[in-house]
Amino acid sequence: MSTSELPQGPSALEPLVQAAREGDHRAFDELVRRTYVETYTLALRLTAHEEDARDVVQETYLRAWRGIGSFRGDAQFTTWLYRITANTAYTSVKRRRRHRADALDAMIHDPAEMRLDAQPEESAQQSAMLDRLSVALDQLPPKLRVLVVLKDVYGLSHEEIAEELGISVSAAKVRLHRGRKKLRDLLYDEARPNHGTDGGIEHAV
Amino acid sequence: MQCDDVARILPEAVGGGAAVEDSVQRHIDSCLRCQAELARYRKMLRGLQLLRTRYLEPAPGLVAQTLALIEEAGEREARRAILSGKRMAYAGAIGGAAVAAGAAATVVIVHRARRKAVPAAG
Repeated sequence: MSTSELPQGPSALEPLVQAAREGDHRAFDELVRRTYVETYTLALRLTAHEEDARDVVQETYLRAWRGIGSFRGDAQFTTWLYRITANTAYTSVKRRRRHRADALDAMIHDPAEMRLDAQPEESAQQSAMLDRLSVALDQLPPKLRVLVVLKDVYGLSHEEIAEELGISVSAAKVRLHRGRKKLRDLLYDEARPNHGTDGGIEHAV
Repeated sequence: MQCDDVARILPEAVGGGAAVEDSVQRHIDSCLRCQAELARYRKMLRGLQLLRTRYLEPAPGLVAQTLALIEEAGEREARRAILSGKRMAYAGAIGGAAVAAGAAATVVIVHRARRKAVPAAG
């Protein structure tokens, strides 16, 4: 993967967003190329399932393409895209829970195997901790995971999350509270012998 | 204030989501166990924030598939717009023809009615 394909700052996207809003299809295609890694990353963190994440990415851009004309630019394009991704992924997660057997959960990816090469400045210890954190996130129940990812990883507000998921703000807060608690338990209380607390997140960050 | 009470509050309070009461703060300040617990949550949140820029690579082909899907949807919608335009034109033509036919029928009926009315009047 070349550096140019990595996500860029919001200002770099503005001319493309403006052109896409005015109906320039090639500008929208370029937006897809520049943001798909970030969108896929979010989709995969939300669904914890590679195939679903790919479907979510496609559906997200299809919705974005249909809605770009009405995108007012009040928020950053990427934030707007996160919200569409969150909404699409949440629908996907609910559908998967209804239609798929639990056995499929065995296919859940191992983020440690799929991530891009670690940033040079990322220490081995920190890298190991982030791998553990990714695995723990995937172990959260989907409804809690969505909240933790959107709030604590992507920084969306309770209000934005509640709106996209179709839940109340208080429900969003309760789920976030439970999600953080469960994640904390997964990281510290349920650590396996080879993932001793002292060698994991405790000293890495 | 007990450690268990603090433990219940921490998941929300640590991210700035809830104001911490003075009694809670005083307990944490004097309790090593709760300080350690707070540190764990802070480290966890810091780790989550770092995940934000840790990108995951999709298998090849996703961009091409996505762009193809958008193009296909665009063509489909363009076809639908054209068909919709044609339907409107057909509907307009049929409507116009119906109005014209109705007007012609009215003229004929009025004409016949006048012809019948003339002898009666004479």
